Amino acid sequence: MSGAHRISGAGRLTPARTARFTFDGRTLTALEGDTVASALLAHGIHLVGRSFKYHRPRGILSAGAEEPNALLDVSRDAARRQPNVRATVQEVFDGMKVSSQNRWPSLAFDVGGFNDLLSPFFAAGFYYKTFMWPKAAWHKLYEPFIRRAAGLGVAPTEADPDHYASRYVHCDVLVVGAGVAGLSAALAAAQAGAKVILCDEQSELGGALHYDSGTVIDGKPGYEWAQATGKALAGRDNVTVLTRTTAFGYYNHNFVGLIERVTDHLASPGKALPRERLWQVRAKKVILANGAIERHMVFANNDRPGIMLASAGRTYLNHFGVAVGSKVGIYTAHDSAYEAAFDLRKAGVAVPVIVDSRDKPGEAVLNEARRLGIEVLTGHSVVNTAGKLRISSISVSRRGGGAARKITVDALLVCAGWTPSVHLFSQSRGKVKFDAATERFLPGTYAQECLSIGACNGTDDLQATIDEALAAGELAARAAGAENGSQLAISGENAFAWTGGMIGAAEGAGADTTVKAFIDFQHDVCAKDIRLAVREGMHSIEHIKRFTTNGMASDQGKLSNMHGLAIAAEALGKEIPQVGLTTFRQPYTPVTFGAIVNHSRGSLFDPARKTPMHAWEEEQGAEFEDVGNWKRAWFYPKAGETMHEAVARECKTVRDVAGVFDASTLGKIEVVGPDAAKFLNLMYTNAWDNLKPGRCRYGIMLRDDGFVYDDGVVGRLAEDRFHVTTTTGGAPRVMHHMEDYLQTEFPHLKVWLTSTTEQWAVIAVQGPKAREIIAPLVEGIDLSNEAFPHMSVAEGRICGVPTRLFRMSFTGELGFEVNVPADYGQAVWEAIWARAEPMGACAYGTETMHVLRAEKGYIIVGQDTDGTLTPDDAGLSWAVSKKKPDFVGIRGLKRPDLVKDGRKQLVGLLAKDPKVVLEEGAQIVADPNEPKPMTMLGHVTSSYWSENCGRSIALAMVAGGRERLGQTLYIPMADRTIAVEVSDMVFFDKEGGRLHG
Amino acid sequence: MADQATAIRNAPLAGLRGGSPAAILTPAAPASRISLRAAADAVSALSAALGVTLPVRPKTSASTGGRHALWLGPDEWLVIDEDGKDLMAAAASSGVLHSAVDISHRNSAVIVSGPGAEVAINSGCPQDLSLAIFPVGACSRTVLGKVEIVLFRTAKDVFRVECWRSFSPYVFGLLSEGAEDAGH
Repeated sequence: MSGAHRISGAGRLTPARTARFTFDGRTLTALEGDTVASALLAHGIHLVGRSFKYHRPRGILSAGAEEPNALLDVSRDAARRQPNVRATVQEVFDGMKVSSQNRWPSLAFDVGGFNDLLSPFFAAGFYYKTFMWPKAAWHKLYEPFIRRAAGLGVAPTEADPDHYASRYVHCDVLVVGAGVAGLSAALAAAQAGAKVILCDEQSELGGALHYDSGTVIDGKPGYEWAQATGKALAGRDNVTVLTRTTAFGYYNHNFVGLIERVTDHLASPGKALPRERLWQVRAKKVILANGAIERHMVFANNDRPGIMLASAGRTYLNHFGVAVGSKVGIYTAHDSAYEAAFDLRKAGVAVPVIVDSRDKPGEAVLNEARRLGIEVLTGHSVVNTAGKLRISSISVSRRGGGAARKITVDALLVCAGWTPSVHLFSQSRGKVKFDAATERFLPGTYAQECLSIGACNGTDDLQATIDEALAAGELAARAAGAENGSQLAISGENAFAWTGGMIGAAEGAGADTTVKAFIDFQHDVCAKDIRLAVREGMHSIEHIKRFTTNGMASDQGKLSNMHGLAIAAEALGKEIPQVGLTTFRQPYTPVTFGAIVNHSRGSLFDPARKTPMHAWEEEQGAEFEDVGNWKRAWFYPKAGETMHEAVARECKTVRDVAGVFDASTLGKIEVVGPDAAKFLNLMYTNAWDNLKPGRCRYGIMLRDDGFVYDDGVVGRLAEDRFHVTTTTGGAPRVMHHMEDYLQTEFPHLKVWLTSTTEQWAVIAVQGPKAREIIAPLVEGIDLSNEAFPHMSVAEGRICGVPTRLFRMSFTGELGFEVNVPADYGQAVWEAIWARAEPMGACAYGTETMHVLRAEKGYIIVGQDTDGTLTPDDAGLSWAVSKKKPDFVGIRGLKRPDLVKDGRKQLVGLLAKDPKVVLEEGAQIVADPNEPKPMTMLGHVTSSYWSENCGRSIALAMVAGGRERLGQTLYIPMADRTIAVEVSDMVFFDKEGGRLHG
Repeated sequence: MADQATAIRNAPLAGLRGGSPAAILTPAAPASRISLRAAADAVSALSAALGVTLPVRPKTSASTGGRHALWLGPDEWLVIDEDGKDLMAAAASSGVLHSAVDISHRNSAVIVSGPGAEVAINSGCPQDLSLAIFPVGACSRTVLGKVEIVLFRTAKDVFRVECWRSFSPYVFGLLSEGAEDAGH
């Protein structure tokens, strides 16, 4: 059956609808709608875990999201396993497996429990002190040990097979929390015509009405009213009702993050359903109806299984039909707990005593207790508890001392009062203010467009809450632009009005330093730890929090923060507002990484950009390398070839015959307008006025500090139209750099920039046979040296489609770059390949491109430069106009440091042993025997085996490099020192005749 | 050499179909497109030359048949001709100062249609796509997940999502997941 502690007739679940699950291997039956906590309690199971530090037996404390204790490992299958799940939130589904955590070998007998005996050594801040020395032991010994001993659940190792969804949504009014206040406000806002989203973390609406038994709203029992209201709201076109949905973060400009748990409660969720859905809501107005969280009483050994919050006891009884014990004591400082006693008594459960720390409880509840014959001890405290794995008795004494009386119980419901949930309000950067009369922090100064209503706003009376909510709903709707009035009136009555509440340690916490009166259950922080922190000199609550770790567990101190603060204030002899409150941070409750990442996984993690010829390259067996987001063909290994062999073959083939290369990823910017040349004059170091249409020029672009930013070939298509190319990686930033200067510095110029990187597929055909390969395919362009020399551009047709044909070279060979509209790229490539292959040409990749350009001493910005090189450092001073009055970087270049002698300059390096290929990044020294630290002259920037030179080659940044031509320098490596000779940067075809072939 | 067979077109999303009953994804047919830049004084002449009135208010577009002009900025329009007509020539015939750049192949587009189209796009696009805020004809250069898109609402339940060519598989993939979720 669904548990011996289920009381027939009690609760709102349907007895016939059951679900089976296992707890630590034992199969149990639950009812549909049960949480793991209610299902376990129905079977009399209170002990569910061991505590974090002392490994003390722990039970279920609450019935909600604030649960610090009952953290379990819940799994659907091996891959769908989640640690640290709150048993009070997780709904049971058929077939789920639940395990307790932080215990070995078993929950009932846990070896780690010896920590409890050693607890004098584990006082607050112990690891700051105990594990200080020796330093080396921290990583090897202390930290691993502490992590193993102190952790809670174990993270799953398998990949998460579930998927997660994401939605952005806008609304007029977002209402967070669907208790009486939230429902009323949503109703009023919806009636006024606003677009409303109402969300609540529980599976059903109603909030506090879940545990309630005596409230009547508009003539209906509260919970029934809530369901009917929720149904009416969900039926409206202008309302979205989201259950199992936690508003976890309130960000700037009324941006609120919600997590909807879509399948965690389903036995066999459809594969198409996301496990969770992240809602990112932008609301014109937010109504916070977050309610309040009940605090526990702080007294000696207040953490035994069976001790729980009074409202939780009521929830388990009134909603789930479960009695949390058969002899249930109450220990309270607030009237609300009395109602738990009444409900239990009416359900036939013995309530031996209500211990009230106050002298004067509310009269109404006191009278009712007497009427029901429940003993009430006012002005008394629970000073201790007994019981090994479950509470068995309490010791009660009159305040101020006296003999303790032992009372047998098997459960104890506690209540120190209610803490308004100002979490989201505080996250919105609203400032809370302390209400001394009721000892609670309430919303004070608002920072965003939101309103707090009901219990989270300190409104206690039911009718006042409803009225406040209706007014807020209408106000928010109208402020968001809704036109109607709501004209709503709802009447509500509760059985009893409540008074009372306390914060801090109760009498039973003792003043001494050994009593364990827990304030933070999840981090095992006791009242004494706060006092110790103060004695050790912590005065700020932020320091006390970090020293004791109070409120730093995954429950973020929902129960403990106010107690800790009050104890600290008392120890410091200060008022609470003077001690201050720690900051509330997102998320309100833990959020899965899956939900945050949502769609961004696998192929959607980051766009993989592929060129129009990618499919062909794949078919040819190309290996690819990532360049930014691009996948570029790296080399094309033939069967059995290593990378080295493939690259050597490609390099040789290009120079002997020809090669075809996919250069589509090069950045391209079309610069158009009558002032285009003027603009380029300002953006590049070169002069552009004298470049004739149909011609190209290599340009260098600097930042305003004078350092090389990017380079590329620019072709002039017409007086007012330039085709600019940039490096692959630099394309977006160069575009932004140019646009930035155009808009802010040169807005008077009539010129516009358009990115055309992806408009054009670019096929580079390089090598002695390049012309022969493409000539028959080209129409309307004379390819002869005379008509179309090196550094020319022309528009015509190739394979019947338009082309911008460039005569240029990054290899030092006769070369063409065929630009065609991207969708034609693959077909034109194949036509070129059909001619190239029979001639013995090859397709080559980026690695060969790198080697070939290095053989010619052509630099790659970003590889051979590092953002600290001037054009002169890079050997490019020929590209800097001496005549232009201005260009970006001209003043930077005149800085003393940039013109002084001895700067690092790019030079060639030739290893004395031609077989040795230097390591890129290796440091260079003049004297290999100099003691450390050695004087480092620079480093190797590019290094390759050059098949065409028959030896290794390298480029390097070397201090005063050009002065050192012919000198021998040294590269100290881990295992040897390599001697190198400084050379110029051109290793192949020094005269450059091949370009003009 | 004029006897060369004309190279065939390979659109990046050719042949793909996707989405869900709530939001169907269809790659748009190839179209002509230009990025048009011009100052305010050139707008009327360009409008006449292009046969479509260039809109001057943010988030608006104008259409004549299959030709659409989308406002992207104070001096910037994306002009699309679904019939593949020569927009460069049309703009050049205006005789006024402007910049027109052919981006027909730079962009590709996905048509998202169905009752869940809004939700599908909102899986990665943070804009408010309700009809009141983003009515038929509205357009915006915005983001979808990690990439830039131009979003254009052509009917109550139909959006055209324009993006750069190499980002189109990512856009299609993200919209597919959004479309799937839009059905739930």
